Amino acid sequence: MQRLLQLPANAVSMVKTAQGQEEARSPVLTPDNGQPAWYNAVPPEESRHIRPGGEQEEPGSSEDAQMQPLRHDDLKEMLDSNKDSLKLEAMKRIVAMIARGKNASDLFPAVVKNVACKNIEVSPPRPSRYRDISQTDPNQLIRASALRVLSSIRVTIIVPIMMLAIKEAASDMSPYVRKTAAHAIPKLYSLDPDQKDQLIEVIEKLLADKTTLVAGSVVMAFEEVCPERIDLIHKNYRKLCNLLIDVEEWGQVVIINMLTRYARTQFLNPNANESLLEEGGEKTFYGSDEEEGKEDKVEAAALVVKRKPYVMDPDHRLLLRNTKPLLQSRNAAVVMAVAQLYFHLAPKAEVGVIAKALVRLMRSHSEVQYVVLQNVATMTIKRRGMFEPYLKSFYIRSTDPTQIKVLKLEVLTNLANETNISTILREFQTYIKSMDKDFVAATIQAIGRCATNIGEVRDTCLNGLVQLLSNRDELVVAESVVVIKKLLQMQPEKHSDIIKHMAKLTDNIQVPMARASILWLIGEYCEHVPKIAPDVLRKMAKSFTNEEDIVKLQILNLAAKLYLTNSKQTKLLTQYVLNLAKYDQNYDIRDRARFIRQLIVPTDKSGALSKYAKKLFLALKPAPVLESPFKDRDHFQLGSLSHLLNAKAGGYQELPDWPESAPDPSVRNVEVPEWTKCSSREKRKEKKVEKPFYSDSEGESGPTESADSDSDTGSGSGSGSDSGSEDSGSESGSEESEGESDSEKDEKDKRKMKKWRIYVSFCVALLLKCSFPSPQAASPTCGPLKTYELLHRITGEGLAVTYCFSRRPFTGDPHMVSVQIQFTNNTEVEARSLRVLEPKLQSGMRIAEFPEIDVLPPGEISTVVMGIDFCDSTQAANFQLCTHTKKFFVTIQPPVGELMMPIFMTENEFKKEQGQLMGMNEITEKLTLGEGCRGDHVIIQRVISTANLSRVPCGSAMECRFAGKTVTSGSLVLVTVVTKEERAAQVTVNCEKMLIGTMLVKDILQALSQ
Amino acid sequence: MIHSLFLVSTAGHIFLEKHWKSVISRSVCDYLFEAQGKASAPENVPPVIATPHHYLISVYRDRIFFVAVIQTEVPPLFVIEFLHRVAETFQDYFGECSEASIKDNVVIVYELLEEMLDNGFPLATEANILKEMIKPPTILRSVVNTITGGSSNVGGTLPTGQLSNIPWRRTGVKYTNNEAYFDVVEEIDAILDKSGTVVFAEIQGVIDACVKLSGMPDLTLSFVNPRLLDDVSFHPCVRFKRWEAERVLSFIPPDGNFRLMSYHVNAQNLVAIPVYVKQNVSFFETGSSGRLDITVGPKQTMGKTIEDVVITVHMPKVVLNANLTTNQGTSTYDPVTKVLVWDIGKLNQQKVPNLKGSLSLQSGAPRPDENPTLNIDLRIQQLAISGLKVNRLNMFGEKYKPFKGVKYVTKAGKFQVRT
Repeated sequence: MQRLLQLPANAVSMVKTAQGQEEARSPVLTPDNGQPAWYNAVPPEESRHIRPGGEQEEPGSSEDAQMQPLRHDDLKEMLDSNKDSLKLEAMKRIVAMIARGKNASDLFPAVVKNVACKNIEVSPPRPSRYRDISQTDPNQLIRASALRVLSSIRVTIIVPIMMLAIKEAASDMSPYVRKTAAHAIPKLYSLDPDQKDQLIEVIEKLLADKTTLVAGSVVMAFEEVCPERIDLIHKNYRKLCNLLIDVEEWGQVVIINMLTRYARTQFLNPNANESLLEEGGEKTFYGSDEEEGKEDKVEAAALVVKRKPYVMDPDHRLLLRNTKPLLQSRNAAVVMAVAQLYFHLAPKAEVGVIAKALVRLMRSHSEVQYVVLQNVATMTIKRRGMFEPYLKSFYIRSTDPTQIKVLKLEVLTNLANETNISTILREFQTYIKSMDKDFVAATIQAIGRCATNIGEVRDTCLNGLVQLLSNRDELVVAESVVVIKKLLQMQPEKHSDIIKHMAKLTDNIQVPMARASILWLIGEYCEHVPKIAPDVLRKMAKSFTNEEDIVKLQILNLAAKLYLTNSKQTKLLTQYVLNLAKYDQNYDIRDRARFIRQLIVPTDKSGALSKYAKKLFLALKPAPVLESPFKDRDHFQLGSLSHLLNAKAGGYQELPDWPESAPDPSVRNVEVPEWTKCSSREKRKEKKVEKPFYSDSEGESGPTESADSDSDTGSGSGSGSDSGSEDSGSESGSEESEGESDSEKDEKDKRKMKKWRIYVSFCVALLLKCSFPSPQAASPTCGPLKTYELLHRITGEGLAVTYCFSRRPFTGDPHMVSVQIQFTNNTEVEARSLRVLEPKLQSGMRIAEFPEIDVLPPGEISTVVMGIDFCDSTQAANFQLCTHTKKFFVTIQPPVGELMMPIFMTENEFKKEQGQLMGMNEITEKLTLGEGCRGDHVIIQRVISTANLSRVPCGSAMECRFAGKTVTSGSLVLVTVVTKEERAAQVTVNCEKMLIGTMLVKDILQALSQ
Repeated sequence: MIHSLFLVSTAGHIFLEKHWKSVISRSVCDYLFEAQGKASAPENVPPVIATPHHYLISVYRDRIFFVAVIQTEVPPLFVIEFLHRVAETFQDYFGECSEASIKDNVVIVYELLEEMLDNGFPLATEANILKEMIKPPTILRSVVNTITGGSSNVGGTLPTGQLSNIPWRRTGVKYTNNEAYFDVVEEIDAILDKSGTVVFAEIQGVIDACVKLSGMPDLTLSFVNPRLLDDVSFHPCVRFKRWEAERVLSFIPPDGNFRLMSYHVNAQNLVAIPVYVKQNVSFFETGSSGRLDITVGPKQTMGKTIEDVVITVHMPKVVLNANLTTNQGTSTYDPVTKVLVWDIGKLNQQKVPNLKGSLSLQSGAPRPDENPTLNIDLRIQQLAISGLKVNRLNMFGEKYKPFKGVKYVTKAGKFQVRT
């Protein structure tokens, strides 16, 4: 519905612009009698019953007030009304409804109907029609739009049509159409994953494309369909690197991310030696024993590497060099993509360049800051030095959102070292005074981390934190307690006074975590505060029942430890606490109490464990390591969603490890631009196969083709365009010439002509194939062509000219009727420079002149083809025919039947179309069939010789159906001949163009009643 | 990539949804509401939220959440940048990006979204191309549409710009008056501490252009002192190689308004802080009251006047009201949002603006131990505080003589004084 509804406007414009190709954008996206796929996603009643919330929230909103009384029936009425303004209003309301997620599906028929009658020239389109358009329209934008619409129809039935259309478009002349083809690939893939192999072929072809327009889209398709086929990239790697800077920004992001992965599989680690040293150092620092075995291996490998001095692959260098300027992009996503590429691929010494650009991004929107800071946080762990010069850029402002503050804090903490710690701590001091308490808590954590990492400032930090213990805000105090606890664990001996201070706090602090921390500290270091500890336990025993669970557990813990160290003073207290805990509601606490009692209170049953109770409880505990949450995040590709979430997102492609030894670099060598060769060869092959279908006589087709192409390139080159192949219309010609990139021009110039001819013949072949589905069906249509006289040999003073309507699509412009003109020179002298001059045309009509015939020797016959756009009218085209000496005024007047071209459709389609063209658009006449007019085949032959239509297969013997469309506007022409008893018959013509319908009926009547 | 888009007002009302692939129930937005409930302010809602089946990437702009729903891995910045581009397009089309304006133009919004994304991948995001295809609403056109019943905002010409390799410029541009204006706008980002010493200061600038030139002009803009520019980012139209080699901006401009470049001024150059601020904000232990005294004066102004000076203070929650007097401008205190705004206007050399008075605190509440930060806003016309100067603007490729104008403005960016 959504797509549907925005289209009226679109469709109207396309009518204006495209002269009859409007269905390219027209709204009805349904296949035959099917509901659109997206309908099923919304259960019919859902919106009304399940989601009244939205309406209730805003009962006063004016829009709702408007909408409520108007039930769908009213909207239907409005849509059915005659007034455009009412319809428009109804449409707008429906769009608004959809925007708010309401179900409007029951309005679908009304809207469809409306669309059909609103634009008189629009006939409801079918997928196959889109395909035709996407292949044949002279304007590349319309071809592309048709393909876009076609590929958006999410119905499996049309998969083959889509596949064909994509394949055609992938070898289109226009890069824009090829781009659209690339866009269509993921759509088809999501519709039918079985098409993968075929789609990969198309991707492979498009990857070889040399235009910037296509590159981004095709890599996108590659990433969605076959990201594992890294081998497809080899040949295109250098080209992609070189094109990169001119690709549009969104494409750049996709390409850079893909190339990062590619480079990881193909090149050697530029930091192999350094990273080994670094890792070795780190490992000893973290003291993990298991990895030593591995380390040996790695070291052995490193020795091998070390022996061979590292030389960067020139392709690796190319990538780094070509991406660097993109750090200056205005698009944050591009900058981030380059930054991650450098981080993952560049030698350590060069990574630094990205810092400045990333810091620049921090001035952007807060969401951008958020993502960038996450990535910077990861980078600062690995490469701290890179961001050190920009330390101050991470200073926090009171107006920053909390999440940004916390991330900046993280970065500042990561950047802290002996030299800058004093500055950072001073900065932290101001943060602690902030009004944002979450931020203050994070700052305290940060101070704790600085203190653990940098030994020199540990005491300073600790003192600062102790001062915070007298802060008025409980959260601040609690956080400080937790951090102090961690710090004290490192060197408890020195700080018994701090522990004493904290013991006093138990009276005031209510935050459970903080109370638990204090109790744990006192228990752990009860030997340092022998006098205070029992007293704390006494107080706690008193309040035990009112404490939180986490605090109760620590009270038990404290009791146990005191019992073990100082049982004389605390025995009774401990027993009391254990008894209380025994009847606690929480089973964890009951469990713990039972466990502790068994362990510490000696009974006769007590096992061997109680001997070790002291060792168990008072074992030396390792100091906690305060680590950045961003540590080890760099195994995710930076800048990715997975990195941000620190969890693998669906469809995430792992960043491969560097290979031990580089794969063969020669795979990236490209010698000759292969693709042009082979594709043209393919075309040539097809052409040969098709020939019998479209040419009556082999000998004729050759010159016709070349004549066509000459005439076209003539007009094309006039406007300086190099893609005149597709449009002889001056308008689209100039459009295209501007659309061409400079690089293409050079490249194409030479091959243009040859390629183009093949292309044209290919198109013709295809067109004919589409029009006549099988030779059998087509054969009756090829009756003898009626020849008309253009210039009698007497008036022409020996030059006789006849013309006939060849009924072949005019290759330069499908809106033109092709007229085959035959010159016969009956004189004794040769006629020279035969050409068209000064056409006098009705407005809108156009002529594509035939190329001048230089010489016509005496007695010779020459045939040329010209195209005339009659604008779907039977008005004559007047022009002068010149020889080197004479001028003759001539006129070509088309019979109405020649103003159309056949299209192929099925019976169902025919009926559906016919249903849309009722009323004024339907003309029915009764007649008596003529003498010789017996049997289907005669009727068919007569109708077809009268009008350029194709037969529609039909189940009934009494009926013959024919379909076509007018050449200029593409309006459908549907003819039905029903034979009845005796020789009675009835002819029905359905056509949007009433005039054409009326005239056509007359002609057919005449033909049949002869 | 981008599966669906929801536009949500701060009140939690989903007023527009658009799906590019299949329909995703709007109940996914519940996760956003949940996050919004946890966050103290809309700005604090995390931009990326993981839900069991989807990921929500949102940006908050002009009191609207733009929420993109995605299903698979995609660079988050890609989506964020795109959403901002959408918001900018709306702004460009409707003059403002608000719930009301979007609701009023639902049809155009849909048309725009349809063109901007194809199957979730950005297609046409350049304003110039979009405007060629979909005309922005104007009063005249809406009147005409109402009368004639015509519904089309869709342009009559095909978007040929999409085909070229300068997609930012539309073809066939014609003006009777050919003009090119460049605004050099610099912002001072600074943090001053209690005593007025600079903790951190930097200058960043942008060059915004409004180019209305016929045909395909090729412009070259050069600076007197390009060395000042430390870090730059360009509109895609700027030829990077020429910048690298000659330090000039060479480009074929888009038609209309656009941001040509943004830059950062070399950090080694000391930043001239144009104003000084003396402040004293204190809260008394007894009597539930406090005192405030702020004085602002011009400092290094290079002979220009400082205009539009506004000082904003976010007070602690316990401040109930403020009783303040000033010798220049007006001051207002909003007891609900706890924001004090002092609108001063021009700074004179002779008279130094001062604001002082008492603050009344919630009785019984403890004295706030934090001091509020002052945020300063100001503007200096005809001055780029870094000293950057445009040397000349040359045009090639067209014959006419355009009118060229350059304007300099300095503003305060994130300018804070800690107390």
